[in-house]
Amino acid sequence: MPRLSYRRALTRALADELARDEAVFLLGEDIQVGASLVTTGLAKRFGTERVRDTPLSEQAFTSFATGAALAGLRPVLEFQIPSLLYLVFEQIVNHAHKFPLMTGGQCAVPVTYLVPGSGSRTGWAGQHSDHPYSLFAHVGVVTVVPATPADAYGLLVTAIRHDDPVVVFAPAGAMDTREDVDDLVPVPLGRGRIHRFGDDVTVVAVGHLVHDALAVAEELADQVSVEVFDPRTVYPFDIDGLTESVARTGRLVVVDDANRSCGIAAEIIASVVERVRLLAPPRRVTRPDGAVLPFAPALDRAVQPGRDQLATAIHLTMKDGS
Amino acid sequence: MTDADQVRLYRTVRLIRRFEERAVELVHGGQIVGGIHPYLGQEGIAAGVCAALGVDDVIAGTHRGHGHVLARGADPARMLAELCGRVTGLNAGRGGSMHAADFSLGVLGANAIVGASGAIITGAVWAHRRWGRDTVGVSFFGDGAVNEGMLLEAFNLAALWRVPVLFVCENNGYATTMPVTGAVAGSIEGRAAAFGIPAVQVDGQDPETVRIAAAAAVERMRAGGGPELIEARTYRFDVHHTFEHAVRLDYRPPDEVTRGRVRDPVRIQGERLTDTDRAAVDAEVEATLDAAVRFALASPEPDPADALAHLYASGMTARTGGG
Repeated sequence: MPRLSYRRALTRALADELARDEAVFLLGEDIQVGASLVTTGLAKRFGTERVRDTPLSEQAFTSFATGAALAGLRPVLEFQIPSLLYLVFEQIVNHAHKFPLMTGGQCAVPVTYLVPGSGSRTGWAGQHSDHPYSLFAHVGVVTVVPATPADAYGLLVTAIRHDDPVVVFAPAGAMDTREDVDDLVPVPLGRGRIHRFGDDVTVVAVGHLVHDALAVAEELADQVSVEVFDPRTVYPFDIDGLTESVARTGRLVVVDDANRSCGIAAEIIASVVERVRLLAPPRRVTRPDGAVLPFAPALDRAVQPGRDQLATAIHLTMKDGS
Repeated sequence: MTDADQVRLYRTVRLIRRFEERAVELVHGGQIVGGIHPYLGQEGIAAGVCAALGVDDVIAGTHRGHGHVLARGADPARMLAELCGRVTGLNAGRGGSMHAADFSLGVLGANAIVGASGAIITGAVWAHRRWGRDTVGVSFFGDGAVNEGMLLEAFNLAALWRVPVLFVCENNGYATTMPVTGAVAGSIEGRAAAFGIPAVQVDGQDPETVRIAAAAAVERMRAGGGPELIEARTYRFDVHHTFEHAVRLDYRPPDEVTRGRVRDPVRIQGERLTDTDRAAVDAEVEATLDAAVRFALASPEPDPADALAHLYASGMTARTGGG
């Protein structure tokens, strides 16, 4: 059984789609040498016309991709730093996302925005460590946050084939995970995955936090039976799948590596309590409100949602509901 | 320029002029909600540039975009229906004045974000070329846009990758109420020169002059040249937006407006025609627009149940907001 890393799964997905469809091409900064280690070897294999380095002109190349999509291509843009999405939020949200409706259905904008290394890479400080997936979910752009190598492959392939803009956040905390993989297949949007079944509480974990949630569930196994639910796409969100899980367990804890106010954790909780009567108040573990990640490693870690916080939240939820 | 070319150019400027005048009437009559940015006075630019293009070329315009769409050959009746928010509109009533698009004619949409068309059209033309087509593109924008970073980044990309895009700056002297002299350091041509993009300044009030300059640029671009820029000097005869008819903004001296209106592209082009030809075009345009107004006002309004139709090209649907 071949062992595949998350990072290599992304490369495989890009290579397979470039090979499968002439319309696919990659655009980004330093992608020909593969500075992110995700596009390694692709320029040599597919040529620099289809694996194109751009100048540092994020706004222009993001809208360039919109134009290319309007003319029938399927661009994949790589952003090495998640904060660059703030710079091109206008181009993605106000143009790529809005064109189909504003033109009365005359066009599609099938662009994929890939952000390998999203969230904290320790020591990258304030402007390189954000994880802004909630912003895209809020405006209704398809937003994908895979946790495992197989899902990274399957969701990136689906994103590239999808006819609307899709942002794929590949969390830094997941990039080096590996797993044994037999089959690499497309993964549908809007369908969550239960990584571990349990009876007492459903923990929703996004991206790399799935691995933390699984570790905590294992640690607490003799005290609490924890179900770990990974939405895989935060927009569209698999509310049916989650509702089914919470209806069984009756308790909900969400762990989300983003700021607290208006984060996806709040949306998940609201959506569940609209449908299910819980046994205890739901809880969320997130970064603090308005957080900016400090540089020093101990401070960086202090701001990110941690395993201890998650374990505490699970215990409190159990106590509240007992 | 043949007589037929001259008549065609006149027909276009006259059509845009009367379309805009009829649209302003419909704004005041309450049939166009939200108002429009009239293109009155600037018709020669859209007419001249689009006359130099082929059927497979692509354009993208601005919030003041009716002229570009009409000059490309869009149906005035469907365009007017769009402004009135009807299902028969070019965009099925979803785009309105600032987003009118007709992809069947290579009109990739008017864009309400200043300077946005430059990079979009560069990407579109680059893609068409990759498919082996001979496409060139036009990005229309105003003098205000030359201070937008996104547009200058697009200049760089187009020049660097030799994408045949004609950047057409419609310099009407004002970005809303901000005079160009108070907004643009250096010059508009100088912006292009900095990227190695050939630039010319032309009289935007003379449709033939614009057409000749655009045709020369398009010919060079098709022969393998990279992008070019035309700065067309023009004057906006009316308001920035029709809301100004209700609120009085004091920013253009009355004598400047009077002087500006003297060089009228419709009159200038009309004088090149015989009286008979001109009268025939005028009558034809009037009949076209009478029919367009009737069509627009008789067209059904969209069904509110379909308010978010076309949100996702993939067919995905969104959760509703209520309940």
